[in-house]
Amino acid sequence: MELAAAAALGKYIGVGLSCLGMGGAAMGVGNVAANYLSGALRNPSAAASQTATLFIGMAFAEALGIFSFLVALLLMFAV
Amino acid sequence: MATEDHSEGLVFHPMDQFMVKPLFGGDTVGMLTPTNVTLWMAITVLCIAGLFVFGTRGRAIVPSRTQSIAELAYGFVHKMVEDVAGKDALKFFPYIFTLFCFIVFSNMLGLLPKAFTTTSHIAVTGVLALAVFITVTAIGFIKNGASFLSLFWVSSAPLALRPVLAVIEIISYFVRPVSHSIRLAGNMMAGHAVIKVFAAFAPLVLFSAVGVVVTPLSILAITAMYGLEVVVAFIQAYVFTILTCVYLKDALHPHH
Repeated sequence: MELAAAAALGKYIGVGLSCLGMGGAAMGVGNVAANYLSGALRNPSAAASQTATLFIGMAFAEALGIFSFLVALLLMFAV
Repeated sequence: MATEDHSEGLVFHPMDQFMVKPLFGGDTVGMLTPTNVTLWMAITVLCIAGLFVFGTRGRAIVPSRTQSIAELAYGFVHKMVEDVAGKDALKFFPYIFTLFCFIVFSNMLGLLPKAFTTTSHIAVTGVLALAVFITVTAIGFIKNGASFLSLFWVSSAPLALRPVLAVIEIISYFVRPVSHSIRLAGNMMAGHAVIKVFAAFAPLVLFSAVGVVVTPLSILAITAMYGLEVVVAFIQAYVFTILTCVYLKDALHPHH
């Protein structure tokens, strides 16, 4: 196989693999939301004050998934 | 990469919508060329100015519709800054409110058909995030002097662990502008690209028999994704603002 074709193949395989990181972010965000919900149903009066924390937690969990998206973008357009 | 041949695949490329084009013909984009980004940023600013000029003009005790929207937005962000960053952060409320308005308006205007989403470009969100990062770091050093560095020295941890934690804290501090900007741009870009992917499948009924099944499904998917994108457009603006408040709180009160 030509070197350029092999490089392109590796690039696309890498992009596909880096999408697996989204699965981790999905589990993280789901975990945050699930725990918030179970806590909120146990003590509904305290739930409203914690929505900001919920979104901050989700944002931090999501950020790591977005890093994998960034790797995919870098492989696609920059490498 | 934009010149890549994709004539055999989808009807149009899902990333084409993010192309920056000069407004008045030509194909070179220089420093001062008016582009579609310029146009949509101007529309965003005009919409914000319009909302607050018309919203505050009446100053009625029983607010009109525009006035209640303006008051609602103001109150929402004011409460957020006060709750998350504390009372002494209210000095920086105008900045945070400007950020929130700009992001929420450009996200929402980007959802209009044929519109351009300015916040889908890392160049735009990167500037917003870097501005927050530099401002917050400067505030931290001005307010606390060298003791701002105690942000990285976790005094509640055992002494042996502290150098390790300091390294982690410093890395996470400098990753902030990266994740802050890419979160917003990534969410916007990904959502719009997904809508366009479904939109590219929608005219399949004109070309093949499979389209009888695929076309209604993809139109349904576009509708559902659009609904989700409206929520995401607001939530991402909210998240960007609330993280700015969190960083501001760290700068004002660096002691753990």
